[in-house]
Amino acid sequence: MKSKIVLFILGLFVWLLLSWPADGQDFFQHLLVGILVAGFVAFMTGDMFTSRPKHFIQFRRYVWFFYYLPMFIWECIKANIDVIIRIIRPDLPINPGIVKVKTSLKSDTGLTFLANSITLTPGTLSVDIDKERGFLYVHWIDVKDKDVERATSIIVERFERILRRIFE
Amino acid sequence: MNETIGIILIGIGLTFDFFGCLGLVRLPDVYNRLQASTKCVTLGTCSILFGVFLMLGPTAAGIKSLLCIIFLVLTAPVSAHAIARGAHRSGVKLWKGSVVDRYAEDKEGGL
Repeated sequence: MKSKIVLFILGLFVWLLLSWPADGQDFFQHLLVGILVAGFVAFMTGDMFTSRPKHFIQFRRYVWFFYYLPMFIWECIKANIDVIIRIIRPDLPINPGIVKVKTSLKSDTGLTFLANSITLTPGTLSVDIDKERGFLYVHWIDVKDKDVERATSIIVERFERILRRIFE
Repeated sequence: MNETIGIILIGIGLTFDFFGCLGLVRLPDVYNRLQASTKCVTLGTCSILFGVFLMLGPTAAGIKSLLCIIFLVLTAPVSAHAIARGAHRSGVKLWKGSVVDRYAEDKEGGL
């Protein structure tokens, strides 16, 4: 039930943003349709949305999320410049391979965000997750270390310690 | 002022998109190409959309472009992940200069 409420609020919020500048009578029309649609969607699919709805009302998770955001954007820009330099150099300095890294995150959302962050940051692209044993297979455009432990410390750790506070 | 910054951001975004496409042509195999296309095209398109938001301000189109940024950042890496996994599972080989492939090793070892 709580999961349905969370989905309802999120759905209504996105709806209101999509139907943005609405004032006066327009606003109530949009609001009414939004409540109906978001209520229907939440009623049908709400139970699938999240398994731990009380995480959404814990304030410190949002604080860590807004700490994570600028760091993520900065890493993303660095990743792009790195890839562009590799592409425009005539000798194409790549040294690719798929390495295995460890993760201690357990929740689905946390793992998804970790995989997405790895994909958008320098030289790495997550290929598969072995959830039971906590391994991620990561394609690395410039393999610096084949060893599991050291690859983990280079690729995963800086995100993991923040993501653990947000999603676990 | 906002218009100038918006146009600069759109220009930067176009440059990133262009280099992403160039990487798609130059790099040797599926996985490397996915790297270039996912990273550059995600950031490039986000930059263009944010430039549009700065130019138009909080109007209908501006707010929609902000929403597009969120959905793009959430979905683009997931689709790249799915393509890479599907390619590897259906037997697409890594480039011949690749150093290591732990995924194939683990699969042969009876994952």
